[in-house]
Amino acid sequence: MDKSIKKVLVLGSGALKIGQAGEFDYSGSQALKALREEGIETVLINPNIATVQTSEGVADKVYFLPVTPFFVEKVIARERPDGILLSFGGQTALNCGVDLYQGGIYEKYGIKVLGTPVQSIIDTEDREAFAARMEEIGVKIIRSAAVSTVEEAAAAASQLGYPVILRAAYALGGLGSGFCDNEAQLRELADKSFSYSPQVLVEKSLKGWKEVEYEVVRDAFDNCITVCNMENFDPLGIHTGESIVVAPCQTLNNHDINLLRELAIKIVRHIGIVGECNVQYAYDPDSDDYRVIEVNARLSRSSALASKATGYPLAFVAAKLGLGYGLYELKNSVTQTTPAFFEPAIDYIVCKIPRWDLGKFHGVSRKIGSSMKSVGEVMAIGRSFEEALQKGLRMIGQGAHGFVGNKELEVADVDEALREPTDKRIFVLAKALQKGYTIEQIHQLTKIDKWFLHKLYNMVVTWDALQRFSTVDEVPSELLRTAKRQGFSDHQVARAVYRDIDDIEPMQDAVRTRRKALGIVPCVKQIDTLAAEFPARTNYLYLTYNGSKNDIDYENDGRSVIVLGSGAYRIGSSVEFDWCSVNALQTIRSSGWRGVMINYNPETVSTDYDICDRLYFDELSFERVMDIYEMENPHGVIVSVGGQIPNNLALRLHEHSVRILGTSAESIDKAEDRNKFSSIVDALGIDQPKWKELTSLADIRYFVDEVGYPVLVRPSYVLSGAAMNVCYSDDDLERFLAMAAEVSQSHPVVVSEFMQRCKEIEFDAVADGGNILAYAISEHIEFAGVHSGDATIVYPAQKIYVKTMRDIKSVARKIAAALEITGPFNIQFLAKENFVKVIECNLRASRSFPFVSKVSKINLIELATRAMMGEHPAPVSKDEFDFDYVGIKASQFSFTRLLQADPVLGVDMASTGEVGCMGDNFDDALLKSIVSVGYPVPQKGILISSGDALQKASMLDACKLLAAKGYKLYATGGTQRYLAENGIEASRAVWPSEYEQNPALAEQFDVALDLLENKKVDLVINIPKNYTRVELTNGYRIRRAAVDFNIPLITNARLATAFVRAFCSMTMDQVSVKTAAEY
Amino acid sequence: MADYPKASLILENGMVFHGYAFGARRPATGETVFSTAMVGYPETLTDPSFQGQMLCVTYPLIGNYGVPAAHTDADGVLATFESEAIHVRALIISDLSFDYSHWSAARSLDEWLREQDIPGIWGVDTRALTQVLRESGSMLGQIVSEADAPAADVSDPNRTNLIAEVSCRDVIRYREGAGKRVVVVDCGIKHNIIRCLLATGVEVIRVPWDYDFNADPATRDWDGLFISNGPGNPDLCTATVEHIRQSMAFEKPIFGICMGNQLLAKAAGAKTYKLKYGHRGHNQPVRMLGTEHCFITSQNHGFAVDDSTLQGDWEPWFVNLNDGTNEGIRHRSLPFFSVQFHPEASSGPLDTQYLFNKFASML
Repeated sequence: MDKSIKKVLVLGSGALKIGQAGEFDYSGSQALKALREEGIETVLINPNIATVQTSEGVADKVYFLPVTPFFVEKVIARERPDGILLSFGGQTALNCGVDLYQGGIYEKYGIKVLGTPVQSIIDTEDREAFAARMEEIGVKIIRSAAVSTVEEAAAAASQLGYPVILRAAYALGGLGSGFCDNEAQLRELADKSFSYSPQVLVEKSLKGWKEVEYEVVRDAFDNCITVCNMENFDPLGIHTGESIVVAPCQTLNNHDINLLRELAIKIVRHIGIVGECNVQYAYDPDSDDYRVIEVNARLSRSSALASKATGYPLAFVAAKLGLGYGLYELKNSVTQTTPAFFEPAIDYIVCKIPRWDLGKFHGVSRKIGSSMKSVGEVMAIGRSFEEALQKGLRMIGQGAHGFVGNKELEVADVDEALREPTDKRIFVLAKALQKGYTIEQIHQLTKIDKWFLHKLYNMVVTWDALQRFSTVDEVPSELLRTAKRQGFSDHQVARAVYRDIDDIEPMQDAVRTRRKALGIVPCVKQIDTLAAEFPARTNYLYLTYNGSKNDIDYENDGRSVIVLGSGAYRIGSSVEFDWCSVNALQTIRSSGWRGVMINYNPETVSTDYDICDRLYFDELSFERVMDIYEMENPHGVIVSVGGQIPNNLALRLHEHSVRILGTSAESIDKAEDRNKFSSIVDALGIDQPKWKELTSLADIRYFVDEVGYPVLVRPSYVLSGAAMNVCYSDDDLERFLAMAAEVSQSHPVVVSEFMQRCKEIEFDAVADGGNILAYAISEHIEFAGVHSGDATIVYPAQKIYVKTMRDIKSVARKIAAALEITGPFNIQFLAKENFVKVIECNLRASRSFPFVSKVSKINLIELATRAMMGEHPAPVSKDEFDFDYVGIKASQFSFTRLLQADPVLGVDMASTGEVGCMGDNFDDALLKSIVSVGYPVPQKGILISSGDALQKASMLDACKLLAAKGYKLYATGGTQRYLAENGIEASRAVWPSEYEQNPALAEQFDVALDLLENKKVDLVINIPKNYTRVELTNGYRIRRAAVDFNIPLITNARLATAFVRAFCSMTMDQVSVKTAAEY
Repeated sequence: MADYPKASLILENGMVFHGYAFGARRPATGETVFSTAMVGYPETLTDPSFQGQMLCVTYPLIGNYGVPAAHTDADGVLATFESEAIHVRALIISDLSFDYSHWSAARSLDEWLREQDIPGIWGVDTRALTQVLRESGSMLGQIVSEADAPAADVSDPNRTNLIAEVSCRDVIRYREGAGKRVVVVDCGIKHNIIRCLLATGVEVIRVPWDYDFNADPATRDWDGLFISNGPGNPDLCTATVEHIRQSMAFEKPIFGICMGNQLLAKAAGAKTYKLKYGHRGHNQPVRMLGTEHCFITSQNHGFAVDDSTLQGDWEPWFVNLNDGTNEGIRHRSLPFFSVQFHPEASSGPLDTQYLFNKFASML
């Protein structure tokens, strides 16, 4: 080990976005742990305030700053570290690290890059350099040409022959990449690709080949191991982030596996990796021909998956290797006796399944392909493929009960749906098999390996067999056993047997009772990296029906506390709940209890087996939680730190005698049930927006007459598009209901009064026995109407009346007392002038808990957990007026990846992640957080369309500031006139439709879309007139073009004004650079 | 499950594991061992070193890619298997793939086992079985169907000379006149060893385990001697040990693999012993002593060389990083060396295949 390294800087990955999510919190946390163990001082830069790695005690110093060369250099100058780690923060950290290298920063400050040398990174990232390096050792890569203009791309493609695939270099997760069948498609895509990267690769498409990955580790002594290999269920052509993935490979034989293993090692040695590396192959299904697709010289989503799949802590080991250790000098952290130089032998199969949220977006294409759209993933463990797959399909949390037995999927053309996969791919396969398609037919249409298809068919056979019975007592025990071994849930079995019964829940209990009587119960197995060859004290567990003996002897001492985790990351629930879960576990353990975790998200820290005493990497379903509860016999279960999934289980668990710690399940139900909560609020004399559950259009009209437009409409059954909408007129209302919802007795619609130009205020708090122990009040910069998950949030609230503050506290106290809250909770308020109204109350930790905890330096989860454990902690006395700094949380959007989606904010959440930065004042904090989510301060021109009259007026001051600062302003017709009337000079930009009707306008004015395409503007402020979402309007086309050409876009007048004020009032050099502790 | 009747594995300690019969429908007996290799069942099952053993595979999903057609290459060596027959006495797995998928496959695992008259049992908790074998050591066992009565007594295959059962009967020459001549003592050789040796450009003269190749004028003029892998207890192989000892006098290169390592050690005067449950798998880490070089190796052995009994100019060469046992020996001055692991792999990783070139370059 290199003893000269005393202080190390680690770069984090910033906000979660599609293609770069929670996996980097896990890898960064592991790296920091590895460094601290050596007594090395650690400094972390990461603006993602919801992460575990930015928590107290993980790194010595944390900077909530953008991971950009500008800020990283400032921190380097301040901290003067000896070494830097670049490969633990995804593509963001890697790109930043390469920029710093090329800028000579490491040399300037005498910093050693630990692990893989930067030149090796460049060799893997620059496709031409990579091709040359691979040629040197005779390794085959996909034949391709690196081009830098659209013309060159077209020429290369005609030489290679269509279909081709375009890939943008240096872009994360395949951004700006895609397939082209002809020149027209190629020109369109190439245009877009060049906006992400100056270099684009054109390559021959190998659609239909298998896609296989290897995770390789190499130390400085040239020792290499491959920790895991993985195979995509879908053939090449579907991004690995969009495909179901199994580990280890299932359809490759010994020759295949070792051929590719040997090649991976050869490549890694030649490139000179020190640490971890991922090699992706295309593999011919009809021979042993291969192509290397790419090499990632850093920790990746796949490496996080491989770590969780095998129990081998790749990031931890990679960090140690960066310090100069040999693999043979490190211990296998599971066995603690055998060395880290070994290749895990696993005795189970894991199945990773992506989670999409495409339903949240208007206009987005649901097809999946070479660019990533999924927002999260799950990993399921089983001892048969069927078991792992069915577990996984339930885990993604989109209503599936497994592979079969789901709600009938409407597929217009099955052939086409098989050929052109969408996010419903797996269920289309079920449909095809049930409709009698043969394995061969499906294989021809999908190119999915027949092995997988045969296994899928096994489940269809079992489903059909179960359907021959009409009570569970008739089902033969062997068949029931087979079903359970194939991962059928009790619910699924009940659905097959009790086909005509609507209320399946009691039937599910009947299945459970019956199978337990037959002795058909799951057993618990360990993940031990060595397939039981050596004894291991591992606490990393899963349940399976393919086994007869438990690996664990339970203490049965009532000292275990089960924490239910948050499941797959999705829009609305991500790393913040992982932070909450981890902190709850830490508190439980520090109080002398056994902390037991149930979760199945491989991108999390809570599924790191170091975090708890026992980790069940398994389903958060009623059935599985009951199984584990019966095995563990715990003190109780915590359901309030993992977001909505555990919250939804509370009542049912309680009804089955599970002890819920903290707030009672009945109270949780009272807060969740709209009617119950509403009557409590009314009884307490608390104001709320008027609302009604309605079952006919006539009733809706009648209600609207009473409250007036606009109204917020929430259907209970959604046909297509987003679930909620704001309607401003009869027209709006009719159009929305016709297009998106069904209104009937069985599918009521909730209509509520929608308050305009209101502040939205978050109240996050902890109570004990109904008394509030601590709280945090934060406000949204945007007016109500922007989903709280998308809003920019300021803490402590800066601009609300003292009276408002007092009213909010008083209302919260009443609610806490009425619901006898013990634990975390969150209330959302609307405030305008002198009133406050309650919109929502959740008796669980909210999304903003880590943010307010870290800014206030009061760990609300620790406090909540102690309350739930019955420790009766003392109330916290901290006055919010004492803060002489501000924290601001900003949202990260991933619209670039969601082709055709309208990048406008509304009542439904669309952001995929967030950052939180602290500053000496509002502007300081806002600038950092907005830059952190990828909106650099503009340098050139700004295109403005500022919405309706009121919004135009509210933007006026900001426009004045911009003009005074010398920015070149472009504005569309109405806005340009309004600005001119107010003495602000702006060039008129022609709307797309104006230009189409009269192309001659282009001689006189700039065409808006051209301004974007030619990069004449580097900020677009486009304020839609209201929250109605209408596609294909002028505004949509400008917004979409901004996203497609990678130009920062702001669609909210309040946020735009705040951002403009901030960057006009201070320069980037004036922004404060301080550790979190220094505020 | 009509196609797969219930069957049980009964261990000598009385433990019973339930499952379903596949392959040949007849009872089986043998020494129950486990392997942690995740791929390579066609190679593993035809490895003669498994003679006498019932193999439990810890990876649960088996049969996925079927079984290839048997064919021999231009040199008369089997191209797809490690010997002409399945050598395990029975196969014990968790989840059987009823259907297979691979371009090179010709039949299913189930069909192949039937053809070769080898019973299998699936549906077994192989992890639980492995834990028993790990804790109590490899033990005798039998597989019986519901209809069969268990045998009262299972004989220990390690008491018989298994090498004699699997060695070739006659001298076989490959690529006569191709180059340097290597005498290969067949103690149950895997065909990939022959392939690897031939790939270095030598002529291979394969002789039976007890053949006195130094006495036969047709074989005594060798440039290098190779001792193969093989099943069972090295103590039952005295004839081979004697031949190796005589050969050392010529000071010409000698290379051994697996059983070859144990026999060379015995010829050098060292002792061997039985491991509790052996090393069987593809992930065994070894380190070359005195260096920082480590390799992932394929292994399949139940006996090992006792390092402490190495005498004179002999020294340990490789060590197992998991349990510190011997993984190879070498002579300090003469070109004699051997390894406990399988550089020829098949199945397994190819990290140490370079040893064949090392041997060839010394000839």
